[in-house]
Amino acid sequence: MNIYDKYETVIGLEVHIQLLTNSKAYSSDSAEYGALPNTHVSVITLGHPGTLPKANKKVIEYAVRLGLALNCTITRENMYARKNYFYADLPKGYQITQDKTPICRGGHITIKDKDGNERVIHLTRIHMEEDAGKSIHDQDPFDTLIDLNRAGVALLEIVSEPELKNADEAYSYLSEVRKLVRHLDICDGNMEEGSLRCDANVSVMLKGSKTFGRRVEVKNMNSIRNVKLAIEHEIKRHIDLIEAGGTVDQDTRSFDASKGTTFSLRSKEMANDYRYFPEPDLPPVIVSVDYIEKIRSTMPALPDELFNKYKKELHLSDYDASFLTESKTIASYFEDLIQKTSNYKAAANWMMGTVKNYLNENAITIDQFPLPAHQLSALIKLVDDGKVSSSVASQTIFPALIKDPGQTPLKIAETLNLIQESNTGALQELIKEALQKYPDKVLEYKNGKTGLIGHFMGEVMKLSKGKADPKVANELMKKELEK
Amino acid sequence: MSPKIDKDTVDRLAHLARLEFNETEKAELVQNMNRMLVFVDKLNELNTDKVEPLIYMCDEVNILREDVMKVTITQKEALMNAPQKDSDYIKVPKVVDNKK
Repeated sequence: MNIYDKYETVIGLEVHIQLLTNSKAYSSDSAEYGALPNTHVSVITLGHPGTLPKANKKVIEYAVRLGLALNCTITRENMYARKNYFYADLPKGYQITQDKTPICRGGHITIKDKDGNERVIHLTRIHMEEDAGKSIHDQDPFDTLIDLNRAGVALLEIVSEPELKNADEAYSYLSEVRKLVRHLDICDGNMEEGSLRCDANVSVMLKGSKTFGRRVEVKNMNSIRNVKLAIEHEIKRHIDLIEAGGTVDQDTRSFDASKGTTFSLRSKEMANDYRYFPEPDLPPVIVSVDYIEKIRSTMPALPDELFNKYKKELHLSDYDASFLTESKTIASYFEDLIQKTSNYKAAANWMMGTVKNYLNENAITIDQFPLPAHQLSALIKLVDDGKVSSSVASQTIFPALIKDPGQTPLKIAETLNLIQESNTGALQELIKEALQKYPDKVLEYKNGKTGLIGHFMGEVMKLSKGKADPKVANELMKKELEK
Repeated sequence: MSPKIDKDTVDRLAHLARLEFNETEKAELVQNMNRMLVFVDKLNELNTDKVEPLIYMCDEVNILREDVMKVTITQKEALMNAPQKDSDYIKVPKVVDNKK
């Protein structure tokens, strides 16, 4: 037995999401990313004495929205707390966060394990807090540079129970979180720019053990893939250490993406004594039942709900349903589309085929897609009515429509002379003409060589210049041959 | 009353505040801080068993602000009080070493 199989892993994730607010959590300076250093600041952000923070309404709204989406209990009476630590990018000397009254408690996220089974991962809490500034250590040879634009930007921290069992589950959990926060329009989910960050608490223990192994926290992973790699590395490192007779140190480590390894941040800097106490500068926030219900009524359908709807009501496959719910914009386009056509399977196929390819080839997202849903549904109808074949629709009419989105698909099909011949009388003539050309082959067919029908059909298509409706023509042809 | 603050407490607090003291200063701090605690201990003479902790000076709740962005100071003003700076950044002594 592989030594690694003797152990089981316990992972808990702390995910920080930066909220899409205009202003910061407790002050009015801009929360926008990417400005010139130290331009999005105020005396509050800079921690000047005598200044008073004031909480941003939007942060409460977003926190409740996320909490409802994750089935959390919303805390009615919220207080803020100070988490004290000394660091140059934290001008006040404390972070305003929540300690004993996180705005959301409990709740869960459903993920799929590697066998495709659903697993429910419980959440401990979600609380509101503010971001710190940015320390830049590698630009100046002697000093650390401080940019306080990010200081005070609103964050929600989502803390999971230690229920994830491996790196793949962590990957899947994070993907779900990102999909959801994007769907709720509360965070852009961009890990590279740091608007979604994840710290992983990892420990290993012998299978069946009741006591968790010593826990290591890993930070600084700027993509979901790196979170997975960092966790895989940690698991192996822990087991190797234990198998070699050593012990794992409780530690905070940073992921080095270039090497795929982690290194210790252990130092006196990490002394964890935050001396939490209630923040007296911010009065409590009372969340009423009315308020919660008001937020609930404005919630969009969630990816999970849409997924189930697409599967159960529209009878789409898992694969189709998960593609269509992966991003909010795709989902809402599709929602629009299925209001206008009842051929759901065709609608899904268009989205996943022609439309997706078009978006990929032009490196654009569905928001920039030039065709409104009613044009696509008209195109689907054109095929369903047997006016054009689906390949003509996607290869010829679709590009023409993109070039001239004001035109209707039918008009284009007529102008380009693409309407299929499904007029039985006209087709009958063509079929007769085709069969008359090959009397010998017709005889062979009648003697059992039925494969020849393809040959006759080819002739009909040729005579009709590709416009014969193949389905209708095929049936007429069979009847004609059986005469 | 036995002293609650000893040199170890001072060392720990000094580290958390990133401050450095010599031995004479530390001895002085031990004394000072103990005096403060004794002073505040006076309050412990009152029975507060049934009193909720007082956190807020008024009972207002839900004092919130609309999510509207405002520019209140310039970059130049922001950097004005920094002891060390360049045209864009506040500069502080390096707090990590770059050798990984």
